[in-house]
Amino acid sequence: MSRGNQSWLIGAWLFFTSLFSSSAWAETQLNLTKGATAVSREVYDLHMLALYICTAIGVVVFGIMFWSMVFHRKSKGAKAADFHESTKVEILWTAIPIVILIAMAIPATSTLIDMENNDDSDLTIQITGSQWKWHYKYFDQNIEFYSVLSTPREQYENQNGSFEGNGAEKGENYLLEVDRHLVIPVNKKVRFLITSDDVIHAWWIPAFAVKQDANPGFINEAWTIVDEPGIYRGQCAELCGKDHGFMPIVVEVKSAADYDTWLNEQHALIAQAANAEKASLSASMSKEELMQLGETTYMAYCAACHQPTGLGLPPMFPALKGSAMATTGKIADHIDMVLNGKNAMPGFGKQLSLKEIAAVVTYERNAWGNDTGDLVQSSDVNAASGSK
Amino acid sequence: MTTETVNESLDESHDDEHHDHKMTGIKRWLYTTNHKDIGTLYLWFSFIMFLTGGALAMVIRMELFQPGLQIVEPDFFNQLTTVHGLIMVFGAIMPAFTGFANWLIPMMIGAPDMALPRMNNWSFWILPFAFAILIGSFFMESGAPNFGWTFYAPLSTTYSNGSTAFFVFAVHIMGISSIMGAINIVVTIMNLRAPGMTYMKMPLFVWTFFITAYLLIAVMPVLAGVVTMVLTDTYFGTSFFDAAGGGDPVMFQHIFWFFGHPEVYIMILPAFGIVSTIIPAFSRKQLFGYTSMVYATASIAFLSFIVWAHHMFTTGMPLAGELFFMYATMLIAVPTGVKVFNWVATMWRGSMTFEVPMLFSIAFVILFTIGGFSGLMLALTPVDFQYHDTYFVVAHFHYVLVTGSLFSIYAGAYYWLPKWTGHMYNDSLAKWHFWCSLISVNLLFFPMHFLGLAGMPRRIPDYALQFADFNKWVSIGGFAFGLSQLIFLAVVIKCIKGGDKAPAKPWDGAEGLEWTVASPAPYHTFSTPPKID
Repeated sequence: MSRGNQSWLIGAWLFFTSLFSSSAWAETQLNLTKGATAVSREVYDLHMLALYICTAIGVVVFGIMFWSMVFHRKSKGAKAADFHESTKVEILWTAIPIVILIAMAIPATSTLIDMENNDDSDLTIQITGSQWKWHYKYFDQNIEFYSVLSTPREQYENQNGSFEGNGAEKGENYLLEVDRHLVIPVNKKVRFLITSDDVIHAWWIPAFAVKQDANPGFINEAWTIVDEPGIYRGQCAELCGKDHGFMPIVVEVKSAADYDTWLNEQHALIAQAANAEKASLSASMSKEELMQLGETTYMAYCAACHQPTGLGLPPMFPALKGSAMATTGKIADHIDMVLNGKNAMPGFGKQLSLKEIAAVVTYERNAWGNDTGDLVQSSDVNAASGSK
Repeated sequence: MTTETVNESLDESHDDEHHDHKMTGIKRWLYTTNHKDIGTLYLWFSFIMFLTGGALAMVIRMELFQPGLQIVEPDFFNQLTTVHGLIMVFGAIMPAFTGFANWLIPMMIGAPDMALPRMNNWSFWILPFAFAILIGSFFMESGAPNFGWTFYAPLSTTYSNGSTAFFVFAVHIMGISSIMGAINIVVTIMNLRAPGMTYMKMPLFVWTFFITAYLLIAVMPVLAGVVTMVLTDTYFGTSFFDAAGGGDPVMFQHIFWFFGHPEVYIMILPAFGIVSTIIPAFSRKQLFGYTSMVYATASIAFLSFIVWAHHMFTTGMPLAGELFFMYATMLIAVPTGVKVFNWVATMWRGSMTFEVPMLFSIAFVILFTIGGFSGLMLALTPVDFQYHDTYFVVAHFHYVLVTGSLFSIYAGAYYWLPKWTGHMYNDSLAKWHFWCSLISVNLLFFPMHFLGLAGMPRRIPDYALQFADFNKWVSIGGFAFGLSQLIFLAVVIKCIKGGDKAPAKPWDGAEGLEWTVASPAPYHTFSTPPKID
């Protein structure tokens, strides 16, 4: 090879590698995952079978077509033949595809029957989607919690404003990380009961080949047996409104022993939280404490709709800054709204502690120049929720 | 088919000029009942809508060029994808085919006009109002519809943003327009065929539009029903799709897709008709298996009514339902395969040349088949659980709708432009349009398969880092494809303004009655019907 040729090749190589500069080419996945369960491997095999069959048909059909385009062209002096029908040929090319389809349908049917067998599970977890977070509830364990995107806003909102700058440095699991993982044991049949509190969501972990819609008012079933401990990531797969792209799913699969330890930790934490809740009833927090906790809580639970600025996104998500609800309105109504919700506004009574609700109401009545000076304590919230 | 015309039809067309009765200026277009004028209106309207929907797609691809939220808010992003889909389906592809039907069906069957000319005028002129309402909602306080073109309840009802009423009204108008257009096509074909033109002597083009029109009449009322239920659920307190009131959100999807699946064939059967006209013309050989093509088209139309739930495998259907819809869906591959094999057999041992209509038709056969392959893969329920609602699906339906339907529309436009304008198009510019489109469209849509398999969900404004490389390529392909379509605009304008004079039959292999009249086609053709042997 001559020198000139070589430098041309190197130049081309540099050009192409520069196009892939944003992340290493090696990380880019081209094909479906094999996953971590027997079912997901069956699904992968079925996918490859279908892909090979389609490729083979494509090679034959397009091959004949290109042959014809090369050799049967007028410029090469080709004279058109005058055949234009043949019942035999038509029957043949109706029958052959049917045979191929049956060959694909058989493994597909057996895999599907397998996937739909929800019997004999070791553990059941109820999954509830809501705009835009997941709630997990372990049956017979009294454990339940919400799981919310944990990627900081600065990373996806590009807050330094420049198109090229990308805002804050994006983390490794950008948009695929949550505050609390769903934890399940390895090698156990875990059954998921999937539903929704508002619109339709879909719970999807590619590595388990589980994707099931979460329909409000109805319960769907799915199951998995994972063979390898590890962390598996997925996303909501059904358009569910504004932050559909921002409600990932993370499942942590633990060995039997680690799973038991985790369960014990959770029970201890629940007991602790109950005590703290009781203690907060008699305690009175200062304005600074309330505002500080209120701001953190607001940013985590309220800012997605009402925005960090309190301006909301009207008319869908009303502003709180200067609103009647958060200034001149009765405190009791404000607490009731946060506790129980109304229309598109979800109730937070189940997911926030009394202290957090008290803090967030205080925050909303004093931030962004609302300056009502109102202070709300846990006991006020408790009274409001008790009266319901 | 053997179609032979009496010479007088050509002679007669020459002295047509003096009894035109056409008005001048804007009134000609507003009041016209002439099928050629209305065809032209439909075609221009669909091209304007195509550029509008394309502009929305450009903003979507700009946002997705790299990770992070750069130029639009997530809610506005959802509005863009929703309106992009609605415009392309109801504003670009469907009216373009109605334009072809209007221009060509009367000429192909030797009829003087469509059977119901005044209704024809009306069915076109309500369309601009429908799209003015839809696009106008961008400028309202609530913004445009943001629940996806499939408007799944309850996102489109209880949780919608206030523009649902406008969306519903716009869809109603589009539906009425389509139903009227379809009735007109059916009545014309059944009643106005020239003496001697039996059904099995009609060009396959006419057959595909005939069958498509029946599909439209069958399913458009279903769409009207479902949008009306969305309207009453949103504003009048009904609970069709709300479990709290005894309804079911999944029922929405059943009704929607009972319309939606025949709808996708409404957008591809006419494409089969166009390609089945062009491939024989440039292979200089009769279409292989005309009869089987008619039966295959009818079979696809029938099957389209019993496969709708393959869009809903993840909604929690019972096993028996999943199996039925998987098998029925796989069956569609059979008649579709027959069509592809017939096209290849038509080319086989032909005497081929590669003018631009033929280039687009060949690209159609290959790329539509690729879209068909991914469709077959999607039919397999267990794997569909992985593909569903990912970019794999986005790749699939853009292959069948863009490189399928749209490419056939381009093929047809180049094929009949000489008949419509009386001039030949600029060949080298048209070739630029073809090659730029072909390369960029594959850069745009092929990597979407990989994105979907790697796990990127559709309808998201921002994505994880492992999807960054391909999204960059896809966006570059998108911008290039968008720009390439402006070349087509230039070709058409040049062709209308001038160019080489087109003879009555500019393609030596072309067959059909439309080539027996002068180019451009006189304002009135076949006032006395031709005779068919």
